[in-house]
Amino acid sequence: MAQFRIPGPLRRLADGHVTVDVEATDLVGAIVALDAQYPGFKDRLLDENGDLRQFVNIYLNDEDIRLGSGLGAKVGEKDEISIVPAVAGG
Amino acid sequence: MPKVIGLRCRECGAEYELQATHVCEMCFGPLDAVYDQAALKKVVSRQRIEQGPTSMWRYRDLLPIEDSVAVVTLGEGLTPLVKADRLGAELGLRNLYLKNDSMNPTNSFKDRVVSVAISWARAHGFETIACASTGNLANAVAAYAARAGLECFVFIPVDLEPAKVASISVFDPNLVTVRGNYDDVNRLCSQLIESTPWAFCNINIRPFYAEGSKTLTFETAEQLGWKLPDEIIIPIASGCQFVRHRQAARELIEYGLVRGDRVPAFTGAQALGCAPVYNAFHSDTPDRVLPVKPDTIARSIAIGNPSDGVYVNRIARETGGVVEAVTEEEIVDAMRLLARTEGIFTETAGGVTIGVLSKLARAGRWQGDEVVVAYVTGHGLKTADVLTSANGHARRVEIEPTMKSFREKVSL
Repeated sequence: MAQFRIPGPLRRLADGHVTVDVEATDLVGAIVALDAQYPGFKDRLLDENGDLRQFVNIYLNDEDIRLGSGLGAKVGEKDEISIVPAVAGG
Repeated sequence: MPKVIGLRCRECGAEYELQATHVCEMCFGPLDAVYDQAALKKVVSRQRIEQGPTSMWRYRDLLPIEDSVAVVTLGEGLTPLVKADRLGAELGLRNLYLKNDSMNPTNSFKDRVVSVAISWARAHGFETIACASTGNLANAVAAYAARAGLECFVFIPVDLEPAKVASISVFDPNLVTVRGNYDDVNRLCSQLIESTPWAFCNINIRPFYAEGSKTLTFETAEQLGWKLPDEIIIPIASGCQFVRHRQAARELIEYGLVRGDRVPAFTGAQALGCAPVYNAFHSDTPDRVLPVKPDTIARSIAIGNPSDGVYVNRIARETGGVVEAVTEEEIVDAMRLLARTEGIFTETAGGVTIGVLSKLARAGRWQGDEVVVAYVTGHGLKTADVLTSANGHARRVEIEPTMKSFREKVSL
């Protein structure tokens, strides 16, 4: 099982859970599985074209998925998927 | 009655009570502070501002700090707006102005946002102030935390410029150097907010922090005789301040502080070595800003994953502005050009802004009479190392302490 890490402000949607385990082979599948457990995540993470929304970042282990294989990235058994809302800089 | 009545999501409009949070639970969009505009309309006036303190706190009515709160201040803001005739002559601009924000207490624009952020945090019971930073923010946070007597944690990439590290360390904060780039530092801090009772200036109290940016544009308008310029050139890192400058122009118009309702063109400046917003602006999909791995001497604006990049592109397009970028060589050339023509020594980020200004001027963007303002946001001593390496100063000579040696080596 891969594991989502849910950030504080979004935890209400996941009934307060810090982590959620999902069965999936790629990232899109993982988001669909997360949404099946806690409906609402998919629409919040992905836009109408199925792309990751601009103000949300997803890290697969330590890599920003936009810098890697994107939503098609393969997800393995022990992988950690972090949802990190965008923040200001500098 | 409080003037700040809550937070509102910039994307879906969901409203929240006033609290230290930055993300909409409904759509994950960014939250902004909401003011009681009807009440403010009855209060805000040019006269009231002009009679206020000689700092950015003269615009206090338009900042998210209630009147009863003692602010944490080092006299930030009200920096010089310089008419740049010599630089203007080189660029064919007869009404060029420079807003020299390197004259702030810790020599960067960040003092504005941090003064607001720490004032808000202290008033709301926070005992520790923190930030993720490319240097300038950490410098300001460390100084203002010292001033306020609050505990301070600053997180920076491990390889920041030595001058920046020194000017942070002197204030004795808890300095955490992270083996990674700014985006890595930010990600770590985004996770840390869950397990610490800290106010992270650029994360959980960002809606208040960001508001301080507006004062730069308020001052520009006041210093131009309560007029907005035709175009403003702004460096882009996360894009946070760019968005607030658009809001500042809106407020100046709505509250009747400036004549007319014409909005300036807002133009963004990036270094090509870290140009995710520029890349998107010039692509077919400006609403998709793809992150990059930063590689530029303009460290203070080297944010590869800019949170407000999409909004920057929308605002630039809506107002008739552009997003332009310059090479590393053009950055250093622009730092020298600004120093040589106007006597202002800016850091690499200022080199980006002046570089973009020069590039656009030379490409014929302006007729010559437009009022153009460039925001110079940080001091050159912060990044002096880029000038001491490589191409040194061509007019430098070393002589013996004799008249003979002087006459031999120096051509008059």
